[in-house]
Amino acid sequence: MKRFDGFADPALARGLIDEIHAVATRRWSIMEVCGGQTHSIIRNGIDQLLGAHITLIHGPGCPVCVTSLEVIDRALAIARRPEVTLCSFGDMLRVPGSDGDLLGVRAEGGDVRVVYSPLDALAIAESEPDRQVVFFAVGFETTAPANAMLVHRAHDRGVANLTVLVGHVLVPPAIEAIAAADDTDVDAFLAAGHVCTVMGTRQYEPLAARFGVPIIVTGFEPLDILDGIRRAVVQLEAGRAEVDNAYARAVRVEGNPTAQDMIEQVFEVVDRRWRGMGVLAASGWGLRDTYRAFDAEVRFGVSAIEVEEPSICQAGAVLKGTIKPDQCEAFGDSCTPRHPLGAPMVSAEGACAAYHRYRRSPANGSAVELGRSR
Amino acid sequence: MTSEARWSCPLPLRDHPIVTHGHGGGGQLGADLVEHLFLPAFGAAGADARPTDSAVIDLGGRRLAFTTDSYVVRPLFFPGGSIGELAVYGTVNDLAMVGATPIALSSAFVLEEGVELELVQRVAAAMGRAAAAAGVNLVTGDTKVIDAASGVGIYITTAGVGLVDDDVRIDPARARPGDAVIVSGPIGCHGIAVMSVREGFDFDTELRSDCAPLADLVAAMVATGADLHVLRDLTRGGLAAALCEIASTAGVGIHFEEASVPIPEAVASACAVLGLDPVHVANEGTLVAIVDPGDVDRVLGAMHAHPGAPQPVVIGEVTSTHPGTVVSRTAFGATRIVDRLDGEQLPRIC
Repeated sequence: MKRFDGFADPALARGLIDEIHAVATRRWSIMEVCGGQTHSIIRNGIDQLLGAHITLIHGPGCPVCVTSLEVIDRALAIARRPEVTLCSFGDMLRVPGSDGDLLGVRAEGGDVRVVYSPLDALAIAESEPDRQVVFFAVGFETTAPANAMLVHRAHDRGVANLTVLVGHVLVPPAIEAIAAADDTDVDAFLAAGHVCTVMGTRQYEPLAARFGVPIIVTGFEPLDILDGIRRAVVQLEAGRAEVDNAYARAVRVEGNPTAQDMIEQVFEVVDRRWRGMGVLAASGWGLRDTYRAFDAEVRFGVSAIEVEEPSICQAGAVLKGTIKPDQCEAFGDSCTPRHPLGAPMVSAEGACAAYHRYRRSPANGSAVELGRSR
Repeated sequence: MTSEARWSCPLPLRDHPIVTHGHGGGGQLGADLVEHLFLPAFGAAGADARPTDSAVIDLGGRRLAFTTDSYVVRPLFFPGGSIGELAVYGTVNDLAMVGATPIALSSAFVLEEGVELELVQRVAAAMGRAAAAAGVNLVTGDTKVIDAASGVGIYITTAGVGLVDDDVRIDPARARPGDAVIVSGPIGCHGIAVMSVREGFDFDTELRSDCAPLADLVAAMVATGADLHVLRDLTRGGLAAALCEIASTAGVGIHFEEASVPIPEAVASACAVLGLDPVHVANEGTLVAIVDPGDVDRVLGAMHAHPGAPQPVVIGEVTSTHPGTVVSRTAFGATRIVDRLDGEQLPRIC
């Protein structure tokens, strides 16, 4: 396997940065929605290279981070049951609930397994019929088709010992919540390229028009992100607010209809609670009634678990872009990656965790401005 | 004694009242366990313990290096090696990292009931070949059997002794501002090779573990007469963990250029797919050397001439700024902190 790394070429990146500097006449705030983009920006130091004209605001698009405390607590309760094998993507294992994390449950003897595809859970359920296999189905529109496929296949094959704990969330309602907030400081959005690979770009047109913000569908490599920023700045300077596709090598206007059909068949839109943002109307997917038999919340009776989040955490303000992670009083002090109080400190892709990992000062845990060169 | 009294500083450990995999992952949790549980519990008996790969004990004029390590890798066999090679090379390399010439190893086996003897034989044969390649003898050992659990249960503990020449003073505390940071070869091969077998990934590339003995390479580096300040083999936690440990032990900063670090295409690809960072991926036959800047050329010369250092290169330097912290410069000219991980590195969702 050869990875094409032309989208990380420093010389081409310099050209895009120069172009952005040439076009921008004032300061613009641009939110990258997706945690994968945040990770790439901080990992490569792209924000340090952009200079004073561009402020990047790190959005809510880390599926691990925004999964609500109560969904995590429900997963922990299910995983602690002796008959259960809980299958999850790796990075959910470290996410703290009110009372420990899945890694801790595993250490206590719980059967918690990391899988790389939802269909791995089906294989486990079929090969171990005495186990109650539960798949922790979280994520944005990106992971939904494969998770829907899992439920669909289990249904087709009559696999009775498999259920899913669904915590799916949707990008457009999150953009809407941020754009509509009174104190928002976002001039343009970089939409998540892989989400649009599945869903297409049409959903974003009403948002761009209603809130007067450019929405640029953007990829994840450094050059993808810089090109997304460049296109956003060009629109902003021209007073335009349109949906633009800067990730055309993967995204079509209509998205992936086959994947959408699979989602539509299994899931329906539901209200969902986001860590750090509260309940957003019609912001997630839940199982349709046809597939209720595969609902782990029902089978294990955990729907009653409800949790309030710590009030000191300013995740909402970070996600809206009104403060940077290191401006939160808990940052690096009572809130660290080992002891996260809120969503963005939870996963490596979260804005606070990215700041903590790559920017904190060694002495006091607060963010440090590192020089561009030695 | 109450349970509270056993914890000298319980706070960092209280998050995890029981052992988790992260405690053995070579990251911060393991370091906390040593600092806040083992050393306080050992009391005066642990007073001489130091964060080096091997202890160096003065035996009336002769300097004895002494180390031990346990090997619990799964799968037992992977491209480029097996738990047998690791059990020998890992301990040999720990001796080499203080500049010792390895002499003898012990090997203690913990076997699960039900394991096929043919498997044990293959592992033992691998150890014999590895010991011959590393020039050490396996001189004593032990075998215990426990209840069946994982079904492939072969666990090995080796301890090793070696001798250190009088004028060799290799110690993490000796890293000084201005020193050069050299790596001996491509990073990440072992971790990705093991993961590809364990998790059943097919990366279309036969990526082999780098597991190899480093003692002969170190001997060649020492023979140049250069002042080698620090050596560290990049095992669990990878390049990042090794550099962070050196920075924190010596109270210095370390700065390196990401573009200078040799990362094989297959490792970069696998890490991109899995959302891992190559600087955190394990190695078993690659070292980092911190040397006086005036000695860089002859050390590099000796490394280039030795097959144990397939791609020796200077990746950075020790600094007086940001003490205790490792900072890298990205390919784009920006800088970032390079941290060790809290526990295991987990693949990301998307």
